Amino acid sequence: MPRRTDIRSVLLVGSGPIVIGQACEFDYSGTQGVKALREEGFRVVLVNSNPATIMTDPELADRTYVEPLTVDMVAKIIERERPDALLPTLGGQTALNLTIELAKAGVLDEFGVRLIGAQVAAIEKAEDRDLFKQAMNNIGLEVPLSGYAHSLDEARAIQVDMAAKTGTAYPVILRPSFTLGGSGAAIAWNAEEFDAKVDWGLQQSPRHEVLVEQSVLGWKEYELEVMRDGKDNAVVICSIENFDPMGVHTGDSITIAPAMTLTDKEYQVMRDAALAVIREIGVETGGSNIQFAINPKNGEMVVIEMNPRVSRSSALASKATGFPIAKIATKLAVGYTLDELPNDITRETKACFEPTIDYVVTKIPRFAFEKFPGADATLGPQMKSVGEVMAIGRTFRESFGKALRSLEIGRWGLDLDRVPPLDELERVIHEPGPDRLWQLAEALRQGLSIDDAFALTAIDPWFLEHLQALVREDEAARQDGRKLLDDPVSLLRRKRMGMSDRRLMKLAGVKEEDVRQARLRHGIRPVQKRVDTCAAEFEAYTPYLYSSYETGNEAEPAAESEARPTGKKKIVILGGGPNRIGQGIEFDYCCVHAVMALREDGYETIMVNCNPETVSTDYDTADRLYFEPLTREDVLEIVDAEQPEGVIVQFGGQTPLRLAVPLQKAGVRLLGTSADAIDRAEDRQRFGELVAKLGLRAPAWGTAHGLDEARAIAERIGYPVMVRPSYVLGGRAMEIVYDAAGLETLVGRALEAARRESLASGGGKGDESAPILVDQFLDDAIEVDADVVADGHDVVIGGVMEHIEEAGIHSGDSACALPPFSLPAATVEAIKEQARALARELDVRGLMNVQFAVPRDGRGIFILEVNPRASRTVPFVSKVIGVPLAKIAARIAAGKTLREMAVREVTPKHVAVKEAVFPFVKFGGVDVLLGPEMRSTGEVMGIDRDFEAAFAKSQLAAAMRLPVPTDTPLCAFIAVKDSDKQAAIPVARTLIAQGFHILATEGTHARLAGAGIPCERVNKVHEGRPNCVDRIVDGDVHLVVNTTAGSVSVRDSFSIRRTTLMRGLPYYTTMSAARTAADAIARLKSGAIAVRSLQEYQHG
Amino acid sequence: MADRAGGTAPALLALEDGSVYRGAGFGAVAERAGELVFNTAITGYQEILTDPSYRGQIVLMTAPEIGNVGVNAEDFESARPFCAGFVVRSLSPRVSSWRAEGDLGGFVAEHGVAGIAGIDTRAVTRRLRIGGAQRAVITRQVDDPSGAVERARKHPTLEGRDLVKEVTSAKPFEWDQGPWQTPGTKRNDPPARHRVVAYDYGIKRGILRRLRHAGCHVFVVPAQTPAKDVLAEKPDGVFLSNGPGDPAAVAYAVAAAAELCAAGKPIFGICLGHQILGLALGGKTYKLKFGHHGANHPVMDLTTRKVEITSQNHGFAVDVDSLVGKAVLTHINVNDNTVEGMRHDRLPVFSVQYHPEASPGPNDPAYLFARFAKLMDEAKR
Repeated sequence: MPRRTDIRSVLLVGSGPIVIGQACEFDYSGTQGVKALREEGFRVVLVNSNPATIMTDPELADRTYVEPLTVDMVAKIIERERPDALLPTLGGQTALNLTIELAKAGVLDEFGVRLIGAQVAAIEKAEDRDLFKQAMNNIGLEVPLSGYAHSLDEARAIQVDMAAKTGTAYPVILRPSFTLGGSGAAIAWNAEEFDAKVDWGLQQSPRHEVLVEQSVLGWKEYELEVMRDGKDNAVVICSIENFDPMGVHTGDSITIAPAMTLTDKEYQVMRDAALAVIREIGVETGGSNIQFAINPKNGEMVVIEMNPRVSRSSALASKATGFPIAKIATKLAVGYTLDELPNDITRETKACFEPTIDYVVTKIPRFAFEKFPGADATLGPQMKSVGEVMAIGRTFRESFGKALRSLEIGRWGLDLDRVPPLDELERVIHEPGPDRLWQLAEALRQGLSIDDAFALTAIDPWFLEHLQALVREDEAARQDGRKLLDDPVSLLRRKRMGMSDRRLMKLAGVKEEDVRQARLRHGIRPVQKRVDTCAAEFEAYTPYLYSSYETGNEAEPAAESEARPTGKKKIVILGGGPNRIGQGIEFDYCCVHAVMALREDGYETIMVNCNPETVSTDYDTADRLYFEPLTREDVLEIVDAEQPEGVIVQFGGQTPLRLAVPLQKAGVRLLGTSADAIDRAEDRQRFGELVAKLGLRAPAWGTAHGLDEARAIAERIGYPVMVRPSYVLGGRAMEIVYDAAGLETLVGRALEAARRESLASGGGKGDESAPILVDQFLDDAIEVDADVVADGHDVVIGGVMEHIEEAGIHSGDSACALPPFSLPAATVEAIKEQARALARELDVRGLMNVQFAVPRDGRGIFILEVNPRASRTVPFVSKVIGVPLAKIAARIAAGKTLREMAVREVTPKHVAVKEAVFPFVKFGGVDVLLGPEMRSTGEVMGIDRDFEAAFAKSQLAAAMRLPVPTDTPLCAFIAVKDSDKQAAIPVARTLIAQGFHILATEGTHARLAGAGIPCERVNKVHEGRPNCVDRIVDGDVHLVVNTTAGSVSVRDSFSIRRTTLMRGLPYYTTMSAARTAADAIARLKSGAIAVRSLQEYQHG
Repeated sequence: MADRAGGTAPALLALEDGSVYRGAGFGAVAERAGELVFNTAITGYQEILTDPSYRGQIVLMTAPEIGNVGVNAEDFESARPFCAGFVVRSLSPRVSSWRAEGDLGGFVAEHGVAGIAGIDTRAVTRRLRIGGAQRAVITRQVDDPSGAVERARKHPTLEGRDLVKEVTSAKPFEWDQGPWQTPGTKRNDPPARHRVVAYDYGIKRGILRRLRHAGCHVFVVPAQTPAKDVLAEKPDGVFLSNGPGDPAAVAYAVAAAAELCAAGKPIFGICLGHQILGLALGGKTYKLKFGHHGANHPVMDLTTRKVEITSQNHGFAVDVDSLVGKAVLTHINVNDNTVEGMRHDRLPVFSVQYHPEASPGPNDPAYLFARFAKLMDEAKR
């Protein structure tokens, strides 16, 4: 069947901000979707609240709406744009849920919008547990036994019944129904725990309902990625085996493709089942992910779940096989069948086949628990990782080793910082946490047998055997010491096992360069292989490459390399590596833009990255893709194979920046801003000199190697001070300290973080005794960000952003507005002038971001930080001003000038607000208070003609649905610290004027009442019941303003914030944000907000 | 040398074009020669090793991790391995499967198959794809690579060789066992209602199991069995099996097939059986550049226009032009448009080039066995 002719325009729904469980893989799929639709001549209307995405580039879709993903807003878009169809399967769970809501609200029917890809019935069949169970039974497949309980008695009855059927009483999984973000699944190991956790679960669930489910803990876990077309052709794209068995969310598991431990007979049973599932659920066209669990003792198989859409796993499968699932799914949705679509990589064959691979792919998740003290770091049924790396090698060991060194966590192999004794290791590996892999390896190193390791972890012995071989090789290398440099046979064997030069360096006690030199001397070099979907059965035309240490054909001079570099002028762009807090999709956006610009200018672009979620690792993005670790070792090999004009490090965030100096020292030509300029900005001493030279101001500071030094500096500067490690990302371990006692508790943590970050850097700065910085902290200051682009001669201001939260909240965590909403024009001008001076002095050739603080007391402008590279705000600014800053910067790096490109400063007539999105819901026990350490995972943008409306949209998009009283009054709860009480008065007045009733605790109440504001007093948590938390739980409260200072009051008010969060209520923990929110509510009350596309904002 | 996984005995893989790859030997110590073919299936090395169609060949697996699930007799396609040699990138150091009864290295050693591990199997595959099929040897005599190359060159090619006689069973036998099912699931083989005589040109057990599952009682006869003997069994249908080598070299089988067609018996042929049928109907066969060996080949059923993913293992094919007026093309390969299936326009005779019995590979085309049963039902009416 060819392309449908009954549809002319398609609405595509994105996945919104990056959150845990939904990251940039949906930008990858959405971008493929938009491109595929445009290629087929459809008019594409796109909606996504996330400005850091490639898919929301105004050049991509016909109409791009950066608007909140809510029924109301999308209905308005549908009303304006009248799309013929909606494609709901590329935007993750968010798009799927929104689509169901739109259908149920009658919006789709009202405007005659057809669903393509998956219908509501299919989505519901896949998502609703009962319907799913019924569907699986219809086709003779088993699912874990389960039942819904509304009381402990009901739960017990279900458990007894399941125990009788399975022969196993415990463990049992308990899942509270309808919790926010599906949070709160628990495992009960015995009757006592069962009772307690059922009670807890019933309380957690807004419907007082818990699903009691058979545990298949320890069973082998598999996923199949399946595609189906309108003619009912169905194929399996990839099989994935989880290293971590059932019990750990697949997003938190190490996963391997293809499946490693199934016989063909078992695999075909699973394949048949997967095809039966996609047919029974009724996904008409597109991709689905189906998860299975297999009992390792007897092969018994159960279906765990099915996602009737593209997913994180399908992104991984696409990267792992070279088969572009999202692109093909889109084409199938508009009528094509698999046999009509070409396989891009082989060109001569069709997309109707099953990829076969002749390498092994390993994915390892990356966690961020260090950012969330108090969070439970145990891995379980709810996903907690923030990013992932993927590596390709010719064998499991090689790919595994490459994945390990891609992680950038300061480990270059199976090494632990602290080596616990075996009994402790045995205990910790039984309860999976983020470090289990390394702990397990250490236990094997200390002699734990594979049988015992299996008993403790249920990890398949096949993986354990390889892990044991790797630690044995580690020890052999350690034994060899320096000698290993002169032993080519062992060295080659170790490289073939995936060991990094740096790991060998550490084991042998030599320098990394020694290992590299030894390799070069012995001719031990990797070769490049191609990902081709077909195990070399057909020629691969697409240069999607990975490296491997191979042995050669004696009849030829060297092992076969398929790099086949061209003679064109080429530039290497280094990507951002795994997503983490502080470095995410924004940097991938910049890398992709750099690639696009240089491609347009006729360069051959070469992308290097190891993050499978990204657009940058789509083989379509750059001319050549190297799916490789971003380490000195691996990048130097690529540079050697390709011989590019130069390498660009300024777009991928801290990851490539750390490589700048080491690469330059190794003779690589860096394009753009010099490594020295980067160093001048990052090195605190040199930064101080820079600021002084320009006659500008920065907060006073000092460098400390220990507590005594830190104390001396703090006394010199005066409290409060900011303590942080040097050379860090996302304000890691950054704290504001108000007194000497606080300093004492925090310095240790900062020193440890400094050490780890420094070791992780891999550059020349690796230092066991990295210092910390102690800075003057500017209380009550407005923070301002400026993004500029410069060419060594001219400087253009991209945007000046005024933060809504005051200085002291990490810039990545605060909301900000472009253009500024309260700063005097003269201040903005002065800020621009300072930014220009800095760019000129640093001879910036590309992007630079400067952070300023402007104290409200009129002390002037202080420079907090200068980063001569792409910043997190570049995509936001680019979208607001309609100027692609990253593209311009890339062209400057390649030699063009601003004048040549006619780049001018743009002052937008509209206002945009960027708001941060946090993962607090996923981390029980974590406070939501903001601070200098970044903890947000993603961002949204609200854009409108006035600041208040833009802010309101940003809140809505960030799931802070601002309440607007209509006929019945709503209630705002206000409890603020003493220094904020004065500021609370106007906020309360504004809220009352909109129809709010004010609830306040004692101190706040007294102050508000004293100012003549009518308000109701409510008990604090320890003042007896009902207290403020009870009122929140009872649903009496609709908005919470809670600021606090001092560890005692923070502890006391913790439950207020946590309860507010779990109830999904909007809350503000700074007065500046509360004030803005109150104004935004007033704006919402005064009239409905409208939707408008980016294209309209930019072209009138 | 190489991976510990590959054993430690130095060995060579030498190709007739002069290529020499060093690896680690496993399995038989003796030197083995044959036509080197690659198979792109990810799972199913046991089925591939024990498929008699690989007689005279050295099989290279493109999937790099081989041996992970060991060996178990249930997954064998015949009593023993028939290939001459086995080439892998990485031989598993451990068996992990609840079904395993032994390990791969031990199994091939026991049956005289020479194995070599640690080879850049991708580079070798590319060489075969670009240069075409080649003869090769696997040897432990590592000090004389040019001698090994010479011996590869001297090894006879497959063309014109009757390898069927080397693999067919000496005596007829009955078969009454259905396909593998996950233990604990209910056996679902229907009662046997058709009597099928199956020619054993190197028949895979997977076919026998599938025939049984389609309601056939199967009587297997040696390849040289004359048609009249088969007809004397009064079968409801005749099956022509898969097997090794060049279809043009088994004139006796072609003659028998022609006779059976003329007798009007329902006939189903697979792989070599399909080629033999093609010749019996007056068509021609030819050798492919490097054959189809894998489990992911798309085949379109020209009647339904639907695509099935199939298991394939053939180095020869039926010439589509030679069939005009003699048979109807029913299935084609979506990748290279070669003939994948045909039927006679009047007689109850059909065949496919690929392997609907899978083993290893996808079960998508399993419906063909039911189609055969239906032909027999119709013939009985």
